[in-house]
Parts: sequence; structure tokens; C-alpha cells
Amino acid sequence: MLLLKDLVKTFTQPDGSILPVLDIPEYRVEAGEQVALVGQSGCGKTTLLHMIAGIGRPDSGKVRIDDWDITLMPEAEVDRFRADRIGYVFQTFNLLAGFSALENVLLSMRFAHGRPDRARARHLLDRVGMSHRTTHRPAQLSVGEKQRVAVARALANKPQLLLADEPTANVDAGHQQQILDLIRGTCEEENVALIMVTHSDEVARQFQRVDHLNEFNRSAVGYVQVGNKRI
Amino acid sequence: MSLWKVAWRSIQQRLFVSALTVLSMGLGVALVVAVLVVYGVVSQSFHRGGEGYDLIVGAKGGREQLVLNTVFYLSQPVGNIPYSYFEELTIGKFAPAVEAAIPVCMGHNYQGFRVVGTVPEMFTELKYRGDKSYEFAAGKNFQVENHFEGVLGSVAAARTKLHVGEPFKAVHGSGIGGHTHKQPFTVVGILKPTGTPVDRAVFVNMYGFHDIHRAEAIISGDREGNADHDRIKEITAALVCTNSAAETDVIKRAINRDKVAQAVSPVRVIADLFEGIVGKLQWILLGMGILTTVVAGIGIMVSIYNSMSDRRHEIAVMRALGASRTTVMLVIMMESVLLALMGGALGLLIGHGAIWLCSPWIAEQTGVIVGLLQFQLIELILVPGLIILAAAVGYLPAMAAYRTDVSQSLITTP
Ligand SMILES: Nc1ncnc2c1ncn2[C@@H]1O[C@H](COP(=O)(O)OP(=O)(O)O)[C@@H](O)[C@H]1O
Ligand SMILES: [Mg+2]
Repeated sequence: MLLLKDLVKTFTQPDGSILPVLDIPEYRVEAGEQVALVGQSGCGKTTLLHMIAGIGRPDSGKVRIDDWDITLMPEAEVDRFRADRIGYVFQTFNLLAGFSALENVLLSMRFAHGRPDRARARHLLDRVGMSHRTTHRPAQLSVGEKQRVAVARALANKPQLLLADEPTANVDAGHQQQILDLIRGTCEEENVALIMVTHSDEVARQFQRVDHLNEFNRSAVGYVQVGNKRI
Repeated sequence: MSLWKVAWRSIQQRLFVSALTVLSMGLGVALVVAVLVVYGVVSQSFHRGGEGYDLIVGAKGGREQLVLNTVFYLSQPVGNIPYSYFEELTIGKFAPAVEAAIPVCMGHNYQGFRVVGTVPEMFTELKYRGDKSYEFAAGKNFQVENHFEGVLGSVAAARTKLHVGEPFKAVHGSGIGGHTHKQPFTVVGILKPTGTPVDRAVFVNMYGFHDIHRAEAIISGDREGNADHDRIKEITAALVCTNSAAETDVIKRAINRDKVAQAVSPVRVIADLFEGIVGKLQWILLGMGILTTVVAGIGIMVSIYNSMSDRRHEIAVMRALGASRTTVMLVIMMESVLLALMGGALGLLIGHGAIWLCSPWIAEQTGVIVGLLQFQLIELILVPGLIILAAAVGYLPAMAAYRTDVSQSLITTP
């Protein structure tokens, strides 16, 4: 479902030097698969998710989702592609402050295909246990509740792939497991592939597949060569 | 959920700044609206005056002076024309083409209001504002055989507090302080408001005028006044209705060829006067209003642009949810348009509201009654005008939204 091939991403730093962040020969995730992605802070996890979502462009390499290579698409098409097929859950929730819980979900639909499906939005909010808070603004919600709304929003357009960037890091300890179960449960129900970045061993331990970025990213400081391919 | 709603919400997010922006835009638009409405009012009241007849025949001299005197009862008195020349219009060579010719005699006032000596036909044969007939709010028209009767325009009546049956004495000249004639006139009627300068004048029987002068001339032993005492010798002007537009031109040219008098079309002179005096002023005021509106537009730009750094993150989130660059750019543009249009609506409200509050005063001064919802057609350009302005001032912040680096803005926490 997801295939990264020879993906290279560097950043030009303020002093003009080049910072290599990602150099990934190959990386795959199958449809409906759930992956925990771990690695120390600053190793490029968020950057990798951005590349997969088409939020940022790699310097070179392929990002194939199903049969589409989004690096070949014009930007506007990538935006539409992302809206239709990729859900994103942020560490800091990133709900839009001016909109109610329900509107946040609807807005995501609006950006995708223009026609908000209210029934699905309500169903999703119900699924994440937020049906009693649909008209609340983000400021009126607890952190746990915010993330639950964010999960509903990420699933609004029936994505094939959900990218979750440390979704429990900012949630109080008591609700972390709840959020985790919610994300994994809904992804399973809707057959959504999941890549979840996490720092927590406790979270990672619950996944069958745990990928260490350092093990497949040649730019990583602690890159350990596992295969024998080296250029 | 439409993009308009998204734009609206972000306006709501910054309610105070948005409200101030709308207010400043509103004041600019209010000024434009007020100028347009006042211009309309002044224009109407100006043009109305000369709409009841085709020609004014008066002494040779400035045409503006003649019109100001006979239509608006303003300016310095003009010379007179011989009564015999007036008779050319009624029984002489021009008579066949003339439908009505009403003599008017100026030179007196009552408490500052012009006293006009005329004949009762002034209110029966002449119309005002095109085709409206004069009507009396109280009493009736004066009779030609009752020399010392008079009727009052509505404003003159209200201001002088004269009622039907009460006497008043004309004062010589156009201001207060002239010689007061001893013989009083009696009010027999008060006209309904017409919205023309007639409202601000006092009308008396022309023969009464003549009688006063003759009587006083006899007392003072003026030989000339004594000489020809039963005939009116001269009048100030004649208000003439002709049978057709073609006849108007013919008579006008013929009179202007004669050495005795001039004939002018009041409507044309008024239009020229208006353009000359009020027209230029209007452009200046309108320019100021438009400038104010543009400055308010720049205020919108500044307020949105200032908010961009706070919103970069939010814009990046929208982009991450799948909104295109064009979409986030549109949202900003719409925000600008909404602010401008709300300012426009507020401006219309303030502008028309203020004029409406002043409408009793305007009605009294000009006779033009302005309703709250009396829009000038030209105000319609406000809508496209404001949208264009909003698009222009929204462009810069919209481009900032368009260029937002999503990846970087997402990494920096809000
Ligand atoms: N826009 C950018 N410009 C320059 N450097 C960046 C940019 N984005 C990320 N980086 C750098 O790339 C590295 C990887 O960042 P990130 O992907 O956020 O790490 P992680 O999510 O694993 O903590 C960091 O060293 C970070 O400073
Ligand atoms: Mg990160």
C-alpha cells in the first residue's frame, strides 16, 4: 500500500550547511497494517510523515501510495490526494480553534470533496465517545477530548492511511491508553493502515510491528546497517 | 461548511480588531453615502424649482440672476420689464403660442421671506414639479378683485406663524430694515408643501402692491406715481408656459432679439448653475469619501496581515487536512471581502440613518423629503467597488497564506 523508494530529504540550515535527515532505500507498509515508528527526538520521524503525506517534498525518491507516486503529482493534486486518502493526527491536536468539534470534522470533509457528510461526522464523534460534546469549541475540551475529536477528524474522509505523530504525548497519562485504543480500534474497523510515531515503550510494545527509523534511515546518526546493500 | 463560513469564523476569532476595521470602513462608506444622498437631495430641490413652466421672461442681464430671483427668490433684485411687453405674451404677438403667462413682481419681503406680487392664476394655471397642482392646506387662493389678499408657502407660514385671516405688512427691499408699507395684506390661504422654493415665499395680489405704491406716492406728492394710477406699469418677470417645445424655442429667440427683455429656460440655467456650484463640490466630497474608504481598506489589509503570523499555524493545519493553497488564499480574500461588505452595510446604515435623522431639517430647508431607504442608484456601485477594494487589499495577506510553508509551520508549535 505504501512504498518509499530511495527517499532522500535534506534541510538547508540557516548557516547554509546541508542537514541530511532522511535517506531511506526502501520502506513498506501494507493495507490495514499497524506500525509503531520509534526513534530518538530529532531523528526525522515527523519529517518522514510529512513526506508520506505530501506536506513536504523529498529531494529525490518515490512515495507510492497504492499505485500513485505522489512525488510526481502537481501540488494541488497532492493536496486533494492527501485530503481523500490520508488522515493525520498531531501531537498537539491542531483542532481549529474557531470551530466546534463537529465543524472540525466537517471542515476536513469540506477540504476533501466539498460535501460534508454530517451523518458520518456524527457517527465518528459518537465512535470516539464525543457525541455529547459536538458543539463545544476546542478551548472547552480537555486534552484527551481534543485528541478524540482529532481522531474523528482524521478519519472523516475514510482514509487508507492514518499518520499519527506522537498522538498520546500531550495527553494526560490516564487517557493515553484510551486514545491509543481508539486510534487502533477505529483503524482496524475501517481497515486503515496506521503509522504511529511514539516515544513510549509502553505504546510501542502493543504493536506487532515496531520500526526503528535509525534502522532503515541511512542519514540517522545511529544508523545500523541491517542489509548488505551499501552504496 | 462553506469557505465563507471559515472566513467568518476567523473574523469572529478576532472580534475586536474586526469590529474596529468594520467601523472605520463604515465611516468611510457613510461619508460616501451621505455625499451621494445629499447631492441627490440638493439636485432634486434645485431642479424642481424650474419645472412648472417653460420660460422666464425678464429684464436683460444675467440669466442666472434672473433665475435665482424668480425661481429661487434669491440674489439681488433684477430690473423690471414694461407691463406692455408682458401683454405681448397675453394678448400681443406671442399670445397664440402661449398657454399661460404669470406676472411676478419682486422687491418686498416679510420677515425675510420674499413677497411676490402676482395673480391668482399662479396657483391655478401653473403646475409644479412637472404636473402637480398647487393645493391649499388652509384657506383658499386669493381673488384678483380683493387687492389686499395674500397666500403663504408652507415654510413661510410655519416660520412667520401667520394664520388664515391674519394681517401682515410687506417691507420694502429684500431684507429686514426697509421701509414698511402701512397697508396690510390679509392671509387668505396657506399652500400645502410643494418641495419647491414656493414653500419659502409669500404671495400677494399684484394689484395690491400697485395700490400701496400709488397711495403712498399720492401722499408724498410724487408726481409720477400720480400720473398713471390705474395701470400697472412694470413687472419683474413673467413665468410662461407655451403650447409646445418648438414654440418655446421660437418665442425665446424672438424675445431675445428684442431689445426690451430676455427669455431663459429655467431648467437649463438651473442645470448649469447646479453643475457649476454643487457639481464640483460633490466631486471633492466624493473624493474625500472614497479616500476615507480606501484608507479603511488599507486598515483591513493591516489587520489581516498582522494576524498572519498567529494564523500561519492554523493555515498549515488546514493545508495538512487537504486544503489547497488556493483554498487558504480564498479564505483570506473572503475575509477581506466580508469585512469590507460589513463595513459597507454599516456605512449605508450610518449614512442613511444620519440623513434620515436630519430629514425633517432637510425637508424644511429644501422641501425634499428623504426616506430612510431612499437609495441613490449610484450607491449600487458600492457593492462591486467594495469587493474590488477588498480583493486588492486582501491580496497581500492572501499571498502570505498562499506561500505558507506547511511543513515548517506545523513543526513550530503554536
Ligand atoms: N524546515 C526545517 N528546516 C531545517 N531543519 C529542519 C526543518 N524541519 C526539521 N528540521 C530538522 O530535521 C531534523 C528532524 O526533525 P523532525 O522530523 O521534526 O524530528 P522528530 O520528529 O524525529 O523529532 C531535526 O534536526 C530538525 O531540526
Ligand atoms: Mg516529531
